[in-house]
Amino acid sequence: MRLEPIANPSAARRLGLPALALVATLGVAMLLALTAGANPFAILGQIATGALGSKLAALETLNRATPLIFTGLAVAVAFRAKLWNIGAEAQLYAGAIVAVLLGSGAVGGPWVLPLSAFAAMLAGAALLLGPVLLKTRLGVDEVVTTLLLNFIMLLLVSYLLEGPMKDPMGMGWPKSTPLIPEARLPRIVEGLRLHWGFALAIIAAVIVWVIQTRTTLGFEIRAVGQNPEASRFAGMPVNAVLVKTALLSGGLAALAGWSEVAGLKGHLSSDLSPGFGYTGIIVAMLALLHPLGVVVTAIFVAGIFVGSDAMSRAAGVPTYIADMLMATALLFMVLAILLTKVRVVRG
Amino acid sequence: MSEIVDILISASFWAAVIRIASPLILATMGELICERAGVLNLGIEGIMVIGAFTGWMAVYQGMPLWGGVAVAMAAGMVFGLLHSVLTVPFGLSQHVVGLGVTLLATSSASFAYRLMLPEVTSPPKIEPFQPLRVPVLSDLPWLGEAMSQTALTWAAFAVAAVVAFMLYRTPLGLAVRAVGENPAAVEAQGLSVTGLRMGAVIIGSGLMAVGGAFLTLSAFSSFFFEMVNGRGWICVALVVFGAWKPGKAVLGAILFAAFDALQIRLQQTSLGAVLPYQLFLALPFLLSILALVLMSRRAEVPAALMVPYNKGER
Repeated sequence: MRLEPIANPSAARRLGLPALALVATLGVAMLLALTAGANPFAILGQIATGALGSKLAALETLNRATPLIFTGLAVAVAFRAKLWNIGAEAQLYAGAIVAVLLGSGAVGGPWVLPLSAFAAMLAGAALLLGPVLLKTRLGVDEVVTTLLLNFIMLLLVSYLLEGPMKDPMGMGWPKSTPLIPEARLPRIVEGLRLHWGFALAIIAAVIVWVIQTRTTLGFEIRAVGQNPEASRFAGMPVNAVLVKTALLSGGLAALAGWSEVAGLKGHLSSDLSPGFGYTGIIVAMLALLHPLGVVVTAIFVAGIFVGSDAMSRAAGVPTYIADMLMATALLFMVLAILLTKVRVVRG
Repeated sequence: MSEIVDILISASFWAAVIRIASPLILATMGELICERAGVLNLGIEGIMVIGAFTGWMAVYQGMPLWGGVAVAMAAGMVFGLLHSVLTVPFGLSQHVVGLGVTLLATSSASFAYRLMLPEVTSPPKIEPFQPLRVPVLSDLPWLGEAMSQTALTWAAFAVAAVVAFMLYRTPLGLAVRAVGENPAAVEAQGLSVTGLRMGAVIIGSGLMAVGGAFLTLSAFSSFFFEMVNGRGWICVALVVFGAWKPGKAVLGAILFAAFDALQIRLQQTSLGAVLPYQLFLALPFLLSILALVLMSRRAEVPAALMVPYNKGER
């Protein structure tokens, strides 16, 4: 078989195939339900009501979507430049550590929140700077270095929680000293369990969208991603663009950890992120790397996770079904996107 | 210092080194085959998990140990097939597909584990591979203890030798290497680029899964969710460190395993009393990054690595 580019793909093809990918994922969900001895139609309903069925469920979904918007944006920005940042998980924890460092009493007053947000972004950016410099200077593949840094960072968090940042009132639980009230993100509406991190995540998505579509940097990121050789030939500072992309990407991922600590948890623990950094890759790919699309797909993905938790309790299907479905959706989606642009010919 | 010397000359230390190196050697050989054929396989981490799970589950269900190894290999090959279909004929991003395969394989193992053992709090144990008695060798002082290894360890070294022989001494190996360097030339010879690459990824994934199965069938006797714990990514680094050559990759795996075995033992020395244990645990990952940096200038990357091949496109 051979792939042949399609000159002008029809709208049906461009929209139908991604839709088919989602339908196929639903099909897989139903098959998995059958193997678990559950009613395949019932579990789809249970996932939907579990995610959106009540005000409480919907707010839980939006809370869960918040770090995913940040990590999804981080991945979308980086992948657009073909910078394979798989280290959003580590950058997230860098942001979370800074939130505790500055927020647990070291700094007081009204400036603590903006200060810790800014410092968190710096920490995340610095963490990605290393792998990117290794890539641009020495040609070291950033996929492996960023992946390895995830493991190193988790060990650092474990050390901090048992040593310097340990909560003396933690009753032996590995968690950090709590944030002071001024360092906490308030709720958007009093009485509703949704913190300002969600609103900031949406603002971040809009800012990234503006950067990508309205600035020179956005144009350069796109050009470097599409063809680095041609960009270099055209006189573009390719390495500098990659470094700027990395700073933006690492900073965004760090905000995920910062907002989880400052908005939701109020302290750092080693289970702060159940893989938000990795799930961010799925969020970004499902959104076709579009920053505003990331908001939509992050809420969708969060809904699948929150809904699957509820469904799992009711139907007895292991909650890991959510991870399987997300991986399946990712693979179906990249294939569907390809097939909107090429057709398979024999020979 | 004398503490470290005592560790380094003990037979039990070297026995541990070889034991720790075994799964790394198996999975690194798997990754090396894929990459020599031009395909980066980031499914490795998840494929090791699925190998560890399926091999263990098969034995727990009553299969013999070698049956478990075969089941693990088959499971790895299924995920290898998935990876290769998407990356070879369809030419999709090897980064994205690889991570997708890792996520799918890892979550499949967790899902199946919970489905098959819904109530258990600690995973049941199986009777793992026992150290093999080798005539004469096992009776030697020091060496007998250092080489007291299971059949799966011996198999890992045999696999490395077979991979080296196949790659450099057989027409098939030549074709696999050529397809990673210049696929168009291979096509011109009348060979199928798609077939060779897919075959390499499927076989390579089978080996990765056996590497994972080593953990449950030889090193430990149970399956834990986090047991692979980045070993797959370390193997990707080991392929680079070994400059895509089987012999050097095996040496890299042993060197790496030596540091790993050393850090575990250093935790119990006076050094372990001063430094946090997390620093010792981070050592393998720090070393992997260091290895990548050191080899960056010298590595001879297969020219067509990560370059999809589409017939008729020039």
